[in-house]
Amino acid sequence: MSLLKYESQIREPLIGGDKTYHQITEDIIKPIEMKPSRLWYIGFFISLGLLLFGAYSVYREVTYGIGQWNLNKTIGWGWDITNFVWWVGIGHAGTLISAILLLFRQGWRTGVNRAAEAMTIFAVMCAGQFPIWHMGRVWMAFFVLPYPNSRGPLWVNFNSPLLWDVFAISTYFTVSLLFWYSGLIPDLATVRDRAKTKLRKLLYGVASFGWTGSTKHWQRHESLSLVLAGLSTPLVLSVHTIVSFDFATSVIPGWHTTIFPPYFVAGAVFSGFAMVQTLLIVVRKVMGLQDYITLGHIEAMNKIIVLTGSIVGCAYLTELFIAWYGQNPYEWYAFSQNRANLFSPYGWSYWLMMFCNVVSPQLFWSSKLRRNITVTFFMSIIVNIGMWYERFVIIVTSIYRDFLPSSWSTYYSPTIWEIGFYLGTFGLFFTCFFLFAKYFPVVAVAEVKSILKTTGENYKAKMTDTDKMDAEKFYIEEVEHAH
Amino acid sequence: MAGGIKKFVVGSFDDEAVLFPAVKNVRKAGYKIHDVYTPFPIHGLDHAMGLRETSLHTAGFIFAATGTTTALSCISWIFTKDWPLNIGGKPNFALPAWIPITFELTVLFSAVGMVLTFCYLCQLSPFIKKHHFHARATDDLFVMAIECTDKTDDAELQSFLEKAGAKEINIQVAETGWWIGRYDKEQKLYREEKGY
Repeated sequence: MSLLKYESQIREPLIGGDKTYHQITEDIIKPIEMKPSRLWYIGFFISLGLLLFGAYSVYREVTYGIGQWNLNKTIGWGWDITNFVWWVGIGHAGTLISAILLLFRQGWRTGVNRAAEAMTIFAVMCAGQFPIWHMGRVWMAFFVLPYPNSRGPLWVNFNSPLLWDVFAISTYFTVSLLFWYSGLIPDLATVRDRAKTKLRKLLYGVASFGWTGSTKHWQRHESLSLVLAGLSTPLVLSVHTIVSFDFATSVIPGWHTTIFPPYFVAGAVFSGFAMVQTLLIVVRKVMGLQDYITLGHIEAMNKIIVLTGSIVGCAYLTELFIAWYGQNPYEWYAFSQNRANLFSPYGWSYWLMMFCNVVSPQLFWSSKLRRNITVTFFMSIIVNIGMWYERFVIIVTSIYRDFLPSSWSTYYSPTIWEIGFYLGTFGLFFTCFFLFAKYFPVVAVAEVKSILKTTGENYKAKMTDTDKMDAEKFYIEEVEHAH
Repeated sequence: MAGGIKKFVVGSFDDEAVLFPAVKNVRKAGYKIHDVYTPFPIHGLDHAMGLRETSLHTAGFIFAATGTTTALSCISWIFTKDWPLNIGGKPNFALPAWIPITFELTVLFSAVGMVLTFCYLCQLSPFIKKHHFHARATDDLFVMAIECTDKTDDAELQSFLEKAGAKEINIQVAETGWWIGRYDKEQKLYREEKGY
């Protein structure tokens, strides 16, 4: 009996099967209450192993310095900043789903937002590792914070994009965390009220903040979500814009382009959705959540992938055209020789990026392929590889031949410790994700319940014309009441 | 802390479509609804119960404005008064370059402030315990708690709720408000524990 009863009959249901409110609770919270499967343990310990390897790689770097990675004077940013931008980009899908799609009233976000937001938080945690450890003398990391100090006081440079990054990433992390957790509180209360063991009652009791489900609290919760969504929407756009400023405000040919902010944001959403697909296709299968994360959800995300992939492709061509049209010999050299020339040292990475990001997502114009889970899964991995190469191309091909040909780098390839650090962030990401999937509801229980009667398969089938008339009458009454 | 011990008639509904008219009828009959506990937000229920709009968003705006002012005043004081740095001969008062940080702090202050205000208004925090009228209020039941006064005829109210479509009806003596406690421990009412 809500306004959303106007959901069109043509739209496919967002919740499959014959569900009741209680059945939704059962389906989503059951996995939390059961012992984890063997598969979970295997996955968890592999992730933990990777994390430990990453920790050792970082230890090497801290002890022996940045030289442990193959960075040199010419290539000062290599895999580390590539990985940083890659992870931050991945961290954009969660907030996009939960904030922008909330403002656009997209019902399908309820099935995937919780997991996507969790993914966002973990991805930003991984991203943050790279600039921090790249500092070299990490014990000086607090120098990036503006506070009255005994060094002058020597303040940070507020005009520098690198400092903007510090503010952008930390704000993004904090706000995403608050948004995610405030949405979790009612669901954790559901887990608490079902808890049988003492430990579970204690832990979920603490975590759910004494939530009761009072109408007044829900009213404030709704207001909070809406305003946080409104705040997060420009925040999502600002974060990758500011990351792109790290490059765009420099004078390096290949970086110095005004198209970067929108191009980076589109790329971030593109890679973020690819990662959401990778994770959720596995999660829905392993945890049996096919009724909540339906083919319709996967198709909707694939539509966003083809849209943002095409925007990214358009941006690649635009910057290539402008490099030629701008008639700056350095700029044109960076594009025509360092990148687009297949036979230059890194030409292969440019064309790999072009193939993965521009050509391959075009398959998703076909609705049959959009709804094919195997194709989607492979495509999501291809897109993530492509987006990693995009950052690699932008960073390395722009700096490996600098203004002084005598310092042109010989071929740069990473060391095992540089790769180990990257693998370590995968370890961190998946360790967190495995813990999340085990101890938290991976689908937003309360939000899914709120759309059950409008988009549930069983309710949609039963809905008659009288029901719709009732809904209309109710709507008019409610509007009258509100005024 | 303790909101006082009161007697409640509690009716649990299993369908929000039944709950809506019930709320209206209960209010029309002159009973005082203490609260309705629902597993998910039900749009329009706050209006039906006669609750006023929340002004949480106004708090959000005030926090946002605080963030903007903090950022702008701090940065301009630091870069023009406290320690003017010569950065490539550019002006010390470089407003356009401060927009990103100003924006981020606006969002940060607003988000953090609003969440804290939300927790304060709803009295949410770890180790806070409240009385739950029904354990399934966070699962699939819509639980209406009606406060009893001296004049209330319990039996009449119970049959009234039954007619309105409530599935489970009972009478509970409960302490409203919140107290410090843990959900793994049975806890006596605050007043019972203190012995008054």
